[in-house]
Amino acid sequence: MKDISPATFLRFDNVKKSYDQKNLVVKGFDMDVRQGEFITLLGPSGSGKTTVLMMLAGFESVTSGDIAISGKSINNTAPNKRNIGMVFQNYALFPHMTVADNLAYPLSVRKMPRDQIKARVAEYLALVELSDFGDRRPGQLSGGQKQRVALARAMIFQPELILMDEPLGALDKNLREQMQFEITRLHKQIGFTVIYVTHDQTEALSMSDRIAVFNDGVVQQCAPPSELYERPVNAFVADFIGENNFVSGKVERIDGESAQIQTDAGTITAQVADGLTTGSDCKVSIRPEKLFIHPTDHAYDNALTVTFNTRIYVGDFIRYYFKLPDGTDIIVKVLNDLSAPEFNDGADAQLLSLAKDCIAFPDH
Amino acid sequence: MKHFPAYYTIWHKSGHYGLRVFAFLVLLFLMLPILVIMPLSFNAEPFFTFTEGMLSLDPDAYSLKWYQEIIDDQKWRVAIRNSFVVGICAALIATVLGTLAAVGLASPWMPYKRVITALLLSPMIVPLIIIAAGMFFFYTQFNLVGTFTGLIIAHAALGVPFVIITVTATLSGFDRSLFVAGLSLGASPLKVFWDVVIPLIRPGVISGGLFAFVTSFDEVVLVLFLAGPEQRTIPRQMFSGLREQINPTILAVATLLVVLSALLLFVLEALRRRSVRLGGTG
Repeated sequence: MKDISPATFLRFDNVKKSYDQKNLVVKGFDMDVRQGEFITLLGPSGSGKTTVLMMLAGFESVTSGDIAISGKSINNTAPNKRNIGMVFQNYALFPHMTVADNLAYPLSVRKMPRDQIKARVAEYLALVELSDFGDRRPGQLSGGQKQRVALARAMIFQPELILMDEPLGALDKNLREQMQFEITRLHKQIGFTVIYVTHDQTEALSMSDRIAVFNDGVVQQCAPPSELYERPVNAFVADFIGENNFVSGKVERIDGESAQIQTDAGTITAQVADGLTTGSDCKVSIRPEKLFIHPTDHAYDNALTVTFNTRIYVGDFIRYYFKLPDGTDIIVKVLNDLSAPEFNDGADAQLLSLAKDCIAFPDH
Repeated sequence: MKHFPAYYTIWHKSGHYGLRVFAFLVLLFLMLPILVIMPLSFNAEPFFTFTEGMLSLDPDAYSLKWYQEIIDDQKWRVAIRNSFVVGICAALIATVLGTLAAVGLASPWMPYKRVITALLLSPMIVPLIIIAAGMFFFYTQFNLVGTFTGLIIAHAALGVPFVIITVTATLSGFDRSLFVAGLSLGASPLKVFWDVVIPLIRPGVISGGLFAFVTSFDEVVLVLFLAGPEQRTIPRQMFSGLREQINPTILAVATLLVVLSALLLFVLEALRRRSVRLGGTG
């Protein structure tokens, strides 16, 4: 292993995984994680994100490559010797033990004296605000409470690294938001490093320091949430993170960072993504909230001519569905204020946007 | 009177009661032979029939002498002791082996699962007489015929399928992530097995063990083939009792066995309820 910066706590070095010795499920995963970072592995199901987590936890073997914590390879360390906390989607609390016994288990395994265990359990029950629940069994708790116990159990032996495998997947929406807040709070307060796996992008965007977007066993982009949303490096990320419109066109000219794209709906000035060549087909991504309907006070660089299709009232905003000349839908989100215009069916409209909000990706 | 839906015709109604009567008759048919021996075992006369005194509920027609007989008779005492020794030893062996087999078979990485399962369950399916004959010839090679060791091993083999079935049933409701969670908390696989898996499958293990015990307890074919006079068990004693000295001692023993079986059944049911209450599967 080469040049490890002292801040690197966890390192994946060209990690590959194959179950059948033919197809790679994870195709060369590299990542350096700093101490205390909150990293999310995000991707559709079957993209390899859970496999990476399981290799890190030691429940799957590494086919090739190396996983190292604090500079030491853990490839050949048994799962129970890795000292990594883990939170599961289905909580995985031991149903025959009380909440307090669940929390005490990792400590008694580590042969901690009984009085210290008692004190530590009380401390962590208080930390997750379940002090009165120590004598209950997991079956008597609600989903949110169970997940708080699971969190406390993963933290109580004070591992430096905690893995979370879709921990909020089984909770309903309100509870999920509460628990997001809870996890972020504990992460800030205690300072452990988190590797979090989810397919829920809102969760990923709101909690993480950095997000690695997986598709087909490959990390498409690994960046902080805002960069991922504003500056996706390829069409998959642009499509997967948040909502996006894609306008097909041809690259007419590239001037350094910006390009002129010829589309059926008009010429677009857009940012250039990697791999874009003059004369080739491309897709221009524009977020629905970055499009404005003419007339508007906003400054703009591009105008697209479209026809009105339908308008959906969502409450705090209104979604407009327009059609591009080639028939594809283009969506515009407008805040529900006086500026939200009305259209007749099939009426022509002009959609305006800034060049910095349009990104041109090569279209394969 | 039961309230029937308005559209019920007389045929519906008679069908309804007809089914009840039929079900009751079937139950009677199944239970009567068992129930009838109970009062007969208190017969004061050495007969297998109800005497006139019994029918008129004369206290003198009843006695506990056949129960006394069990206690007094050396043969019965030995048979009872043998049955318990063989039954308990066989059940313990079957429980340990069967549980381990079930746990192994439940693993997703177990190869040839179906074939192995079929093989392990075969003692339940293959006719006993064939097993008995096979064992007799096989055990002779090892001088196990006519020994307690031989009988215990044979009965353990019969009991294993019951344990595998009950433990597999409890394991099917077992969440594998609990095992993974245990490892992630720092416990060795063996410790997780002991602390987490065993307590959760305990109802299945115990009921399997009880089944294995009962199987051994009332088994007579293998005993006929493999046991010598030393290893005479209760069923064997009853079997010879039927032919040699007909008296209601057998009925007294049978009554005791029925009571014992009923008790075991209650234990099983209590275990099942307990496991349901703890959130496991029944």
